[in-house]
Amino acid sequence: MHRAFCWLLAAFLALAAPAYAAEMDARLEPLVRGLGAGSYADTEKALAKLAETGDPAAVPVIEALQAGDLHVRKPDGAVVVAKRSGNGYALTDPVTGAPIGEADRNAVEKIKVNNALRRSMSAALGALTLMSPNAGTRWQAAEAVFKSRDANALDALNAALAKETDEGVKRAMTQARASVLLGSSAPDDDKLAAIEVLKDRGDQDALALLNGAASGGSDAVKAAAEKAVAAVENRLALWGAAQNLWYGLSLGSVLLLAAIGLAVTFGVMGVINMAHGEMVMIGAYATFLVQEAFRAWAPGLFDLSILVALPVAFLVSGAVGVVIERSVIRWLYGRPLETLLATWGLSLALQQAVRSLFGPTNREVGAPSWMSGAFQVGGLTITYGRLWIVVFAFLVFAALLVALRKTWFGLSIRAVTQNRNMASAMGIRTARVDALTFGLGSGIAGLAGVALSQIDNVSPNLGQGYIIDSFMVVVFGGVGNLWGTLVGALALGSVNKFLEPYAGAVLGKILVLIFIILFIQRRPRGLFALKGRAVEA
Amino acid sequence: MSAEDTLLYLDGVSVSFDGFRALNSLSLLIEPGEMRAIIGPNGAGKTTMMDVITGKTRPDTGTILFEGKTDLTAMREAGIANLGIGRKFQRPTVFENHTVWDNLELALKAPRRPLKTLTYAVSRDDRVRIEEILDITRLSPKRERQAGSLSHGEKQWLEIGMLLAQDPKLLLVDEPVAGMTDAETEQTARLLKDIAGKHSVIVVEHDMVFVRELGVKVTVLHEGSVLAEGSLDAVSANQQVIDVYLGR
Amino acid sequence: MLTRFLLLGLDKKAGVLLAVLALLAVAVPVMALGTAPDSAWHLSTHTVALLGKYLCFALLALALDLVWGYVGILSLGHAAFFTLGGYAMGMYLMRQIGPRGVYGNPILPDFMVFLNWKELPWYWHGFDQFWFAAIMVVLVPGALAFAFGWFAFRSRVTGVYLSIITQALTFALMLAFFRNDMGFGGNNGLTDFKEILGFDIQAASTRVGLFVATVVALAIGYVLASSIVASKLGKVLVAVRDAESRVRFLGYETERYKLFAWTLSACMAGVAGALYVPQVGIINPSEFSPASSIEAVIWVAVGGRGTLAGAILGAVLVNFGKSYFTAALPELWLFALGGLFVLVTLFLPKGILGLAAQLRQRLPSRGAVAAKPADQKGV
Repeated sequence: MHRAFCWLLAAFLALAAPAYAAEMDARLEPLVRGLGAGSYADTEKALAKLAETGDPAAVPVIEALQAGDLHVRKPDGAVVVAKRSGNGYALTDPVTGAPIGEADRNAVEKIKVNNALRRSMSAALGALTLMSPNAGTRWQAAEAVFKSRDANALDALNAALAKETDEGVKRAMTQARASVLLGSSAPDDDKLAAIEVLKDRGDQDALALLNGAASGGSDAVKAAAEKAVAAVENRLALWGAAQNLWYGLSLGSVLLLAAIGLAVTFGVMGVINMAHGEMVMIGAYATFLVQEAFRAWAPGLFDLSILVALPVAFLVSGAVGVVIERSVIRWLYGRPLETLLATWGLSLALQQAVRSLFGPTNREVGAPSWMSGAFQVGGLTITYGRLWIVVFAFLVFAALLVALRKTWFGLSIRAVTQNRNMASAMGIRTARVDALTFGLGSGIAGLAGVALSQIDNVSPNLGQGYIIDSFMVVVFGGVGNLWGTLVGALALGSVNKFLEPYAGAVLGKILVLIFIILFIQRRPRGLFALKGRAVEA
Repeated sequence: MSAEDTLLYLDGVSVSFDGFRALNSLSLLIEPGEMRAIIGPNGAGKTTMMDVITGKTRPDTGTILFEGKTDLTAMREAGIANLGIGRKFQRPTVFENHTVWDNLELALKAPRRPLKTLTYAVSRDDRVRIEEILDITRLSPKRERQAGSLSHGEKQWLEIGMLLAQDPKLLLVDEPVAGMTDAETEQTARLLKDIAGKHSVIVVEHDMVFVRELGVKVTVLHEGSVLAEGSLDAVSANQQVIDVYLGR
Repeated sequence: MLTRFLLLGLDKKAGVLLAVLALLAVAVPVMALGTAPDSAWHLSTHTVALLGKYLCFALLALALDLVWGYVGILSLGHAAFFTLGGYAMGMYLMRQIGPRGVYGNPILPDFMVFLNWKELPWYWHGFDQFWFAAIMVVLVPGALAFAFGWFAFRSRVTGVYLSIITQALTFALMLAFFRNDMGFGGNNGLTDFKEILGFDIQAASTRVGLFVATVVALAIGYVLASSIVASKLGKVLVAVRDAESRVRFLGYETERYKLFAWTLSACMAGVAGALYVPQVGIINPSEFSPASSIEAVIWVAVGGRGTLAGAILGAVLVNFGKSYFTAALPELWLFALGGLFVLVTLFLPKGILGLAAQLRQRLPSRGAVAAKPADQKGV
């Protein structure tokens, strides 16, 4: 988060820089001229003065000197950047970079440098960028030193550190200093302090440095470094686990979305709906159509399309569900295996229908701006799209729970599933409740379709990819128990993601399937099964 | 009496489902050749007791011994049935898509392993035995009918016939006369009395007329344990029993 | 004893079926090899292979009917056993290619050379011998079914749950076989076969030979299944289907019965797969897909569940329809198949043969008190 902020700031300052630079040019001019004074010693003196200004405009000058492009124009002794162009040289101003004509080959003389000068130059460059008024540049310079571990930068670093006010940059500089110290022949005390600093940094780079320290140097340093390595490794493992957990949560919420409608139709009503995946698919296509409408008539409001798609998908899938229940499923109550076959047939027909209408290829469903991008939490990268899906899955779950527990409709559903005759005797229209319950389950599948359209290909086969997983989740969690579905989805999602680094995605999935097959042997009725005589009736 | 002399020995048997105690430290002894009637209000644990004996439900605690030595709690249904414990269910359960004859053939005492049944042929003795049972249960004219097409009472008889075909040492009979006419009830009582002596029988029944007709020792169950035991007259005079049946 | 057992299965229905199969076994070779190519009676090798394919599916349907129709186990994973049998045969056929492959490696199949493998994985050894492959065709599906069934039946997983985990089983296998490093050719599977038992696999005579072998296998499978169904064991199986716990209280270890039927059925499916592969010329992981298993279920449902002959009839009819539709009206095939699922379950729960039996029962005995058989339980 902080890092991202720094970058933004840097970008902003870069835009403001030119005006500021023009003002400074006048002061730099004589110093730059001094570089071409003659002897190495003179050049070195001028370089030191240039560095002392702390002016970022001096950076390109020194870089040009490093590259061997800095020349003295013989007629007036001006210092210029000269680059070969045809037979002569193209000249530019070293500070502003503005072109200042051409010169003959003999009209310019290159400013020579020796090794001592080269060292001074990198020190000066380091000092200059470390002193830059731009916090982003300073931070970048500190990170550069951290990576290069250049002992020459130490003095500049110390000077910069003394003046630094920004906390983040200060930390980066301290870490850079530690990195340099650890690689130098500094006394043990300094090194021990450096190890502490690197331990706090705790990322892969720090780990590499600490590992280096642990393999050499005095015993005290070695021991401290080893300890620090262990600490950093723990921390990294922790972040790794957190990342896996997040991926697991993310996959789990996708599974939850896909399975939760099934938990209603299969779990509550006992209807095996193999066309459940197609309800999801229909929801995704509804999203596509809503987005097309927005693109055609209100492109400016595109960000809202997903919000509009939610009720549309719910109603469309729910309506299809009601039609299926009234036309097919109601004749098959109490015959689960026949229901399974009939709904499989429906799923084939629905797939083909969508294929005929929309074509077999993937349809483009866009993401609204508020679902794009990512942010960082510590060592975690979290995309907004995934975050919203997790939030959405839990919202749907909570809403369903409330609907079943607290509303008259929910009460009717529970009454009908527990004792159909009694419910009917009490004036509940059971046939209507059946149709609406099935519609509810299908509608939720439609909602899942909206979410899945954001992360999966919207094609006629979309639903097929989820149907087996959804059944696994419901069966694993325990039929007839919404909480079981929640736990089942999250558990299977996490297990899958934790297995992936070791076994790979496909093998991980196979292992999960095998695990569930074995699990059902142990607990044929799932994690949260009801017990007792009533169950066997 | 020690466990060795009994046919069935239950001691301290408890079962609970989700906190509900269906059987509460139940103890019961059945002697060889004895017939026992079990009565008790709904929820007293009668059916659960049968489930526990036949291996359908595993008790949480307690001992169940058959013939004084075989521990039934460690066995599964089929093994227990093969020891010689037959069961007739409360709701008559026959194989509806098989003929009456095939139902009896399946029940008939014979090797029970798949490969033995694959090559099984009805022997003359088997045929005679099945005919005999068809006569006893008066299903002879309906031998080729599918069991699913029988009346409720006929299914009861067929199930009793299957029990006879199994030739068990102990018969557990759950409400044998439910849905029978008075004449049929009387016949059933006579049949059961015939069977007792050679076999031990436990009858669970609500019908007090029928229990009186059997004229055997009665055990009253209440809330999963034995409330009273003795002749029907003795237990009907027992104040506790009266309270349980009427007082609630 | 064996003859007595086999005679059990030879009722009138079996007579008709075996006669039809015998006719096929004679007529198809004569029409394919003994007629001129331009004769109206001539069968092309393509047609022969197509007929052979239908009969392989019929054998699969027969295997499925044994467990679904008679034991009540609705397997949504029978294609797994079929495909495993097919892969076993495919591995033999791959080894027969020898140095005639694209890369000319005498030992390694092309896809292994392509993947830079240096030697044959251990599980490919022995498949150069036909007898070994033939054993594996039965053994591999059988062993998998045995292990799976042993766990599932012992822990009393039944009904829908069992169906769902059989589906998971075949799905897991599909994912596994799609992986290149499994060593079964990944996506592309096994193909480009050259010869079987030394005969050119493309030759008309070989195709006819394979067809006759399939007819024989189907006939044997039918007699075996119908003998089992007619035996006391078959009666126990039906009893298990209708009231499993009651059967236990009679002293039968129902798990063993289910395991017997299940394993046998898987072996039959394996044989069907093994005959299928040389006639179609390819085996790949998509055969494992849950959809193919469920399609097999609808063949049985169409013909009539629990009738054996119906399964054969259903498989041939539905697949004939599929060939016709996918050629003439490809858009409509899935509608037709989907509609078939719905219509059969709603209006024809006993399939074609069941309907025929009902009609036969009703017509002559109108007015008489016909013993109305109780509806089968909705399993």
